[in-house]
This record gives sequence, structure tokens and C-alpha cells, in this order.
Amino acid sequence: MSITLKDVEHVAKLARLELTEQEKEQFTGQLNAILKYAEKLNQLDTEGIEPTSHVLPVTNVMREDENRESVSNETALKNAPDEEDGQFKVPAVLE
Amino acid sequence: MALFDMRLQEVHNKLVGKELTVADLVDASFNRIGQTDEAVRAFLTLNEEGARASAVELDKQLAAGGERGLLFGLPAGLKDNMVTEGLLTTCASQFLRNYDPIYDGTAVKKLKAAQSVLIGKLNMDEFAMGGSNENSSYYPTRNPWNTDYVPGGSSGGSAAAVAAGQVYFSLGSDTGGSIRQPAAYCGVVGLKPTYGLVSRFGLVAFASSLDQIGPITKNVEDSAYVLQAIAGYDHMDSTSANVEIPDYTSALTGDVKGLRIGVPKEYIGQGVDPKVKEAVLAALKVYESLGATWEEVSLPHTEYAVAAYYILASSEASSNLARFDGVRYGVRADNPDNLIDMYRKSRSQGFGAEVKRRIMLGTYALSSGYYDAYYLKAQKVRTLIKQDFDQVFEKFDLIIGPTAPTPAFRIGEQVGDPLTMYLNDIVTIPVSLAGVPAISVPCGFADGLPIGLQIIGKAFDERTVLRAAHAYEQYTDHHQQRPQL
Repeated sequence: MSITLKDVEHVAKLARLELTEQEKEQFTGQLNAILKYAEKLNQLDTEGIEPTSHVLPVTNVMREDENRESVSNETALKNAPDEEDGQFKVPAVLE
Repeated sequence: MALFDMRLQEVHNKLVGKELTVADLVDASFNRIGQTDEAVRAFLTLNEEGARASAVELDKQLAAGGERGLLFGLPAGLKDNMVTEGLLTTCASQFLRNYDPIYDGTAVKKLKAAQSVLIGKLNMDEFAMGGSNENSSYYPTRNPWNTDYVPGGSSGGSAAAVAAGQVYFSLGSDTGGSIRQPAAYCGVVGLKPTYGLVSRFGLVAFASSLDQIGPITKNVEDSAYVLQAIAGYDHMDSTSANVEIPDYTSALTGDVKGLRIGVPKEYIGQGVDPKVKEAVLAALKVYESLGATWEEVSLPHTEYAVAAYYILASSEASSNLARFDGVRYGVRADNPDNLIDMYRKSRSQGFGAEVKRRIMLGTYALSSGYYDAYYLKAQKVRTLIKQDFDQVFEKFDLIIGPTAPTPAFRIGEQVGDPLTMYLNDIVTIPVSLAGVPAISVPCGFADGLPIGLQIIGKAFDERTVLRAAHAYEQYTDHHQQRPQL
């Protein structure tokens, strides 16, 4: 499998990145080199091998559903690039 | 003797005996930073006012007598991916150049509870992606042993600050070698605990199934003390291990008689610098003389680890870094056309090249049609790599090899060639994928640059790892060498 400039543009769109022409070209070359290297994984027969997503045997950690203190509205907004009426403000979603 | 070369117990005794104050320790830290950081550039943000205020508080407490925390008065540095309330936390990224966290991460809280003094935040590769600190968006940290060389990464600032005597100890984080490799390059002790031993709450996530916080210190004893202070279950981290925390310092008996050590032939074979190999073999001789035994073993899937790692870690990173959207924190781009454009512009302006590259790789590996071929395949290979370790640990107590195949390289030498850079992590990555603990301790020098010995243990058996590292240290003086700055 090899990646084309078009693939890079598609992936950038998925990743919400805007790349310059130079970046697109550079990433096409570099990602191809990395993925070519990753193809060595195909030398291994992994038929019947369970995937490891996580090394610890923990799943679905639960806790009691109880009221706890949380941060104030003011604190939560402390790092907001833009805010209005105690809420995060963003540009128009729809034109 | 420099203040920070004293053993922790010695510092404690001098504080209690009124020969020393916490203010003296904090002064020593900032003085040393003043003298050396123009050359080393380990720090991104200093907490001078806060540190001096803590010193006053702690000195008052000292005068009043009573209980003292485990790390009382010790100047500490933190890698800048651990959130600190009211103190800038940038991850060395432009995206977070103004990020002023509203809480302390769990490890930070624990250091405060142990009464160490936070001196400042340390430089790193942006979002912990890199192995040389050249990916910091501010400036590269330099190796205190030779400032033309990299300190390693991604916790390069954490290792360099300890090596340069700027702080008593520091914390780093390790995803594929990011504590151990810079510790090796800088000639200090770096411990990556078992995955899940130290809470990740408040550690800005890179690859959640691999990230682990650990101490960087001048010697193994201090490493045990710092680990004691930061280890433990945390309900704020759903991947935190609910295990009993043993006493680590009591493991440091100096006795390694009968320990069985496996030495993977893949770790001392092709691609390993002859001087590194020689230093590792000399260390094994020390173990032999102390009554331990070693033999060559095989971790047959080692050569696949780097490929599996870059698929897995980049996939997790692409998902974790989706949170940087310019809505709740960080820097938002000016004049976006609409919401999506705001995400796109903010991310593109805020992230550096390596971060973008990994997000791209991860997004591709997770995208429709490629998931099975890359991500799932890599997860299966991870299982094989973990099984390699399980099999060796059936017969051996520890695995020993180098921490990195070579000593530090020159700044700029590997920029532009990501794949070569990734291969520096070839002997630390498999350990991360298996989730087991490992420490790097100084074991010699090559052309004036430190070499690290990697001691790998069974999951949650930090005691044996520390015991073996400590015993080695008692019979060698590599860890007592200091760079001339």
C-alpha cells in the first residue's frame, strides 16, 4: 500500500488539519516510509492471536453514583479563548 | 559536596539538625539554574515565587517540629505535561502556550503532600512526541555532558535538570522510552514503573495505554523514595492499578545472590554501539561477582516492536489530541470562517511538525479500510511481544540490556529522518508495550557521553528492579560522575 498526496489531503481533513503544499508533500514521503516499515508486521502470522489494547486486566471500572463537588462555572471558563454568559463561545456552526 | 549530591537521608538530618534550611535548598536550586540554564535550557517555566513561599512555610514547620513528608524540602522539577494549578503547563507546544490549569494532577498532588518544593516546569518534545527534545516548540534542551548533543527525550528537560544539579529530582513520563532514554543519555537514574502504578490523572495524554509517570534521580535510593511518594491507586484514573504498594527502600539490601538474569541477544546484537555493548557486559560481570547468574535469552519479536508501537501510539495520540480544538483552552486561531475552520486553523497553527505527522499516521491507521491492516494487526503483535516477556520471566527474575543502542547524538543529526529517530527507542519500546517496569542506571561512558543500563522486571516487581539497580550502583561510581558546566 502506498499513500498518495490525495490520501494525505483526505486524512488531513479527517484530522482537522490544514496542511501547506510543502507539508503535504513532506508527509506523503515520510508517511510512506513509516508505513512501508510498518509492513514488516505482515511477516508475522497473527492468526488466532488476541489483540492487546491494554496490559492490565481491568475493564469498565465503576464507582458509586454520588454527588461530589465540581468546579465552579468561573473556574471552568478560566482558559476559554472566548466566552459569553458563562458559556464557551464558538464561531457559527451553520452559515 | 554539592547540596544535591547528598543522600536524601543526609539532607533530612541536616534539616532537622538546623545545619540547613529549605530556603537554602531552594536558593541552591535557583542559583544553579541561573548559572547553567542558559547553556542547558532545561526549564520552560520557573515557579520562583511559589517555591520561595513554600520554603518559608516548610521552614516554619521544621522549626515547630513534628511530622515531615517523605520528600520534605527537596527541590523538584516536573515535565511540562503534568498539569499544575496556577502554573503554566504547555507540553512544549504553542497550542498550550497560555494554558493555566485549574487543578493539580495526582502525581503533583502527591509530591506536594510529600512536601517537596516545585521549582518549575521542564522542557520536553512537544506533547512527549520525540526522543531528542528537538521537537520542543520553544527551544531544544541540551545535554549537560556536551551541549552540542541532545539530552534525549521526550523527558529531556527532566533528565538534564537532574544531571546539571538544578533540582534534587524530577518527574518524567515514559510512553516508549521517554524517561529511560534521556536518563541514559544524561547519566542519571530513570525509572518507568509498571503501567498503572502511578496515576495518569493530570498527565496530558499521548498514548493512554502506554503513558506512565516516573522519577528521574541521581541514584537508585532516591528513585525508590520518589516512587514511594507517587505510586498508588487513584479513582480518577480508570486504568490505575488497585494493588498494594510495598515498601521500596527496604528492598535495597545490596544482596543479589541467586538472582537469575536474562540478557536478550536482540538487545546486544546488530545496531548496538560496541562501546555500549562492552559497558553492558562489564555490568553483567559485576552481577556475576555479586552472586547473580545470567544467560543469553531471546525476545524474538523485538524487531517488530517499533513498527507496532508507532501504529498504536500514533493511533491513540490522534484520538487523544482531538481534544485540542480551541474551544475550552489553548490558543484559538483568529478570523475563522466557521466552527470547523476554527478547529482546523487552531490545530494547524498550534501543533508542530512531529505532532502533525503522528496525528496523520494515527488517523490513517484508524481510518475506514485500514483499521484491520494496521491498528488491529499492531495490537496482535503487541500480544506476541508481551508473550516474549512472559516466557522469559518464567525462568528469570530480571532482563538486562542497554537502555539505548548508542549514546546521545548531535543536535540536528537526525532531524528530517523520523524513522531513524524512532529506531533509537528499539530497546525501550518493547518494555512499554509489555507494560512492565524498567530502570536505566549509568553504566559507563563513551567519548565523554553517558551510557545507560536497562534493568527490566516483572509487572509490579519494582522491588527487584530497584534492588538489582542499587546493588550495581554500590560497586560502581558511574552515577557519581558530574558534567562540567
